[in-house]
Amino acid sequence: MKQAAFTNKYLPYVLLIPTFVILIIFLFYPAFESFRLTFYKVNPYSGAGKFAGLYNLQKIFTNPGYIQSFLISAIFALGVVGVGLTISLLLALLLNQKVKGAQIYRSLLIWPYALSPAIAGALFNFLFNPANGLVGYFTGIRTWMTNGNTALFVVILAATWKNLGYNIVFYLTALRNIPRDSLEAAEIDGAGPVKRFFSITFAFLSPMTFFLLVMNTIYAYFASFGLIDVLTEGGPAESTNILIYQLYRDFFVNSRIGYAAAESLMLFMLVVLLTIVQFKTTEKKVYYQ
Amino acid sequence: MKRSLKKTVGLHALLIFAVLVVCMPVILAFIISSQTETEVLSFPPKLTFSNNWVYNYTTAWKRIDLGRMMFNSAFIAIMVTIGKIIMSLLAAFAFTHFEFKGKQILFFLIIVTLLLPVPVRIVALFDVVRSFGWINTYMGLIVPFLASATGTFLFIQRFKTIPNELVEASKMDGCPPMQYFFKILLPLTKSTIGALVVIEFIYIWNQYLWPLMATNTDNMRVVQIGIKMLMNAESSNNWGVIMAGVIMTMIPPLLVFFILQESFMRGFALQSDK
Repeated sequence: MKQAAFTNKYLPYVLLIPTFVILIIFLFYPAFESFRLTFYKVNPYSGAGKFAGLYNLQKIFTNPGYIQSFLISAIFALGVVGVGLTISLLLALLLNQKVKGAQIYRSLLIWPYALSPAIAGALFNFLFNPANGLVGYFTGIRTWMTNGNTALFVVILAATWKNLGYNIVFYLTALRNIPRDSLEAAEIDGAGPVKRFFSITFAFLSPMTFFLLVMNTIYAYFASFGLIDVLTEGGPAESTNILIYQLYRDFFVNSRIGYAAAESLMLFMLVVLLTIVQFKTTEKKVYYQ
Repeated sequence: MKRSLKKTVGLHALLIFAVLVVCMPVILAFIISSQTETEVLSFPPKLTFSNNWVYNYTTAWKRIDLGRMMFNSAFIAIMVTIGKIIMSLLAAFAFTHFEFKGKQILFFLIIVTLLLPVPVRIVALFDVVRSFGWINTYMGLIVPFLASATGTFLFIQRFKTIPNELVEASKMDGCPPMQYFFKILLPLTKSTIGALVVIEFIYIWNQYLWPLMATNTDNMRVVQIGIKMLMNAESSNNWGVIMAGVIMTMIPPLLVFFILQESFMRGFALQSDK
């Protein structure tokens, strides 16, 4: 941080009070309380808790349903990251060429950023539904949403589509920041476009790729709830039941409070892990929702 | 290096193809939202515009009280956006322009919030909001989201690029801190504010999980939940009506996005050329 300019004993605290009041009441306390509840058995009606040690954690890891949900989330996240980053990098490279109307193309490719996961869910539900989905008609396959594997594929596709705009914006920014002289030097050395891409562009893009890898994983794990709820409700036969959906059902539908708290603790561990990776691989510390 | 005509044409062709593929789901939704139920279910599918606009859009609007939901979503998104921007501007100002005890710890605590997205604390957050009597209220949908690490970091980054001489000169003139903040700092922060308006408005407008839990009456629902309600209400899968509803709910965030697109791009660029 740059050196302080003003001297005032109380003003900085006054400026920070609003932020910290909110943080304490709605972030720190609930987080702490959620973690505490992990170690309690809570009566869903009275709310009374009884210390239960590792009971809840033991419970989730001996539940095959939870393990399956864990695996499905991992596959889902891998799909969203793998497919999403590849396509958005290709589109960003295309947009980075000098063409007339580049700005218009850019707008037309990134605007799905403004759409919600629930909207993506509704659109893909329409495209892939077994009764009259257009994809079903054109591919001749009507079982997209009734088969577990293809349903997971459709969910990955929908989530990737919705996040393309976000990824393209970041890749474009990174591409603009590649020093021109490095590319020109390589060109003079006789490196062709493909070689230039892999030896230079790719290297300059790797910090951004790591950043997007983390952000897309977080998106897949945390922001895809609406997509699942509108598109599959976790089905068919739990095949798209990702962890966040499972957590919602355990907490809100089945009122298993301590159990749900343990699930949220697992999600917290995941964020911590991702954040460590993030801080280790890039120096950028700004996050976007 | 001049590119050949052939290459230029190829590039345009590729870009147009990409645009078509990316926009296809929404284009199809738009077409379907003009069709009658019979046309939607026709075989082979009809892929051209029809003239059932008025029926589909008014039906979607009335079936689930979409007007009320649009108002709810807009009100919540606007309030959170304004509140977040004010609070993060003030916090960023404190962190960049003052030296005070506990600064490092307080800044660290703001970083820690990045580890606490809603799902991580949802079990107890729901209890807190319920104990305040905030279920089915705007307070419950707005207040928990007012503080933001994203906003604070974005403004800190922006403030750091403003030359120190400005502060020095203001101090020499005996300009008090808050006057400097309003008169000098704020006008220089416009495009960062624009970027944050886009990010936060879209984030809140598109929220799903929290509004689903924090409300249960029809008059407090938001548009995202409305989409699912509409799909359930149109039990015969009258996709024309459903897609009409979907199209209407995407208009406000798209407007915000297109109007502020330039500041949004610059706000992003700013953070990465650091």
